[in-house]
Amino acid sequence: MEQMRFGQAIGKALADAMQADPTVILFGEDIGEAGGPFGVTRGLYQTFGAARVLDFPISEAAIVGTAVGAALSGYRPVAEIMFMDFCTLAMDAIVNQAAKAHFMFGGQTSVPLVVRAPHGGGLNAGAQHSQCLEAWFAHVPGLHVVCPATPADAYGLLRTAIDSPNPVLYIENKALYARKGDMPEMPAAIPFGQARIARAGRDVTVVTYGAALYQAEAAAQQAATLGIDVEVIDLRSLQPWDEASVLASLSRTHRLVIFHEAVEAFGVGAEIAARMADVGFDELDAPIVRVGAPFMPTPYSPDLEHAYLPNAARLLAAIERVML
Amino acid sequence: MSKKSPAAAAGSAKTDDTLLACYRAMLRIRKVEQRLSKLFADKEVPGFIHLSIGQESVPVAISRHLRDSDTIAATHRGHGQALAKGIDLHGFVAEMMGRESGICRGRGGSMHIAEAKVGMLGANGIVGGGMSIATGSALAHKLSGKGDIAVCYFGDGALAEGIFHECLNLAALWSLPVLFACENNGWGEFSRTDRQFCGKLAQLAGAFDVTYRFANGLDVADVTQVAGELIDVMRVDRRPAVLECKVERFHGHFEGDPQKYRDPAELAALADKDPLAHARLALERAGVDPASLDALDAELTREIEAAVDAARAAPQPDFASARADVYAH
Repeated sequence: MEQMRFGQAIGKALADAMQADPTVILFGEDIGEAGGPFGVTRGLYQTFGAARVLDFPISEAAIVGTAVGAALSGYRPVAEIMFMDFCTLAMDAIVNQAAKAHFMFGGQTSVPLVVRAPHGGGLNAGAQHSQCLEAWFAHVPGLHVVCPATPADAYGLLRTAIDSPNPVLYIENKALYARKGDMPEMPAAIPFGQARIARAGRDVTVVTYGAALYQAEAAAQQAATLGIDVEVIDLRSLQPWDEASVLASLSRTHRLVIFHEAVEAFGVGAEIAARMADVGFDELDAPIVRVGAPFMPTPYSPDLEHAYLPNAARLLAAIERVML
Repeated sequence: MSKKSPAAAAGSAKTDDTLLACYRAMLRIRKVEQRLSKLFADKEVPGFIHLSIGQESVPVAISRHLRDSDTIAATHRGHGQALAKGIDLHGFVAEMMGRESGICRGRGGSMHIAEAKVGMLGANGIVGGGMSIATGSALAHKLSGKGDIAVCYFGDGALAEGIFHECLNLAALWSLPVLFACENNGWGEFSRTDRQFCGKLAQLAGAFDVTYRFANGLDVADVTQVAGELIDVMRVDRRPAVLECKVERFHGHFEGDPQKYRDPAELAALADKDPLAHARLALERAGVDPASLDALDAELTREIEAAVDAARAAPQPDFASARADVYAH
């Protein structure tokens, strides 16, 4: 099977979608001749031209706002927000306009819009270029939120996102862009709301998504040396999320740890924990434990950021705790 | 300056016909909103409604030059903008009354009403919220190449919103066919605009090299002519333009607002600044029989009452179907 980098898989999904549907157009800063700040859109401007790869000024509110207008007028825009942190400048368009148009207009219209948003730390980029804000968007009725971890999922989820009649936050961890993985010759679209069992195990379920998957797999390997068999579930899709698969896994392992890079408090893990404490109460042999970032801004200095980011060691400690 | 529009070049008979049509459209909006005011007072219309009484000339005049495939983004004070664009009256009234037969099935209300098939992209509960939507729709019109345009309605209360400045820049930078149509009533919610915005819209447009025209909103013929000139040019040159119309807000920010912040003298002077009365006077001076205008009033009353009666008879919206329709399928 061909190997492809995560960032290239996103670029391939964009190119294939644009080839398949002339209404797919790209919005963003430096995505044209420059090829995108992370190189994801490299070559698309040359292939599809300036009318379909729209190099915007630094004007995030206008990028997403005009994408909503274009989506309401027959196009399928894919808007890139250079760093997820900058979504704050476009929140009205995402939250008040895109998310609600279908519902509040009685189903007359829909907003087939994708907002691509790179999240995550590890680049010593500091507090305004590192945040994982997915929980904000998963909280808003009308938005879909997905966060792939592998190149094949990056491709398949983006094709589904672009085909969706609804606005989708497509979140890509910057640490993954260069990571290689399998890419089938004919990669499939991946439906929203379907988790993937990344590693099967009997003793503890670890639910994760995005780049944290790889830390979870590392922790699972270390746990195996301690005789703990960890099942790792990659959610892939956060809104909707695959409650049935998580519950099914919990029913096998009876222990649950949720692991993500985002700040732990009020995060995606809180929702999963609350639901499993409810629908999975009879299955639980231990408290549900969350492992996420501490409640503080992402610090700049490498030592500080290293201490801040959730890692395999912290996850392993949580796994051992629920095994006691 | 722009060239004369065909409408402006036509003879006075044509002008009278246009004025009569504008009068009819303004009267229809006025009567609908007066009816809404009563329905609101009687608790038959819930929530917040923001009436555009005194501002009807602007959307009526602009809509004379629009076709169904042109798009508009309307404001929270957008009943006139919606009706002038051709939104269905029965569906409109039923929506205001929160019924299943409402154009948005009772989910949107006054601030969130839309009708896709007549190019009405939506009113907006966010000041400035429709600006980038109209600009994006203009981008779509440019890409699809069918010659359609977008109208971005806004009030002077949106002048200090950053998104306006972003949209003006983008529309000028990329030559987008969007008419930024400002209904300047001098008030941003409960505060005078001169206490909120220190610039001048004309100068702001000029800073982005965008054509700017002023029209007297008291005179629907003036707005019709100026809007026509701008739109005729826009259909060809595909560039944005700003149209500022001076109007008066006869009612409060929202219905029920006692307007204690307004000078009684200002409120007393409004009667002389009514574009509807102004148009009627002009028609009568042109020899139109006042009895025919009264008959028109009665005809519109029947149309509106039929819509109100139908809405009253319509079922309340169903929660389960609303709950199941958060996402498009």
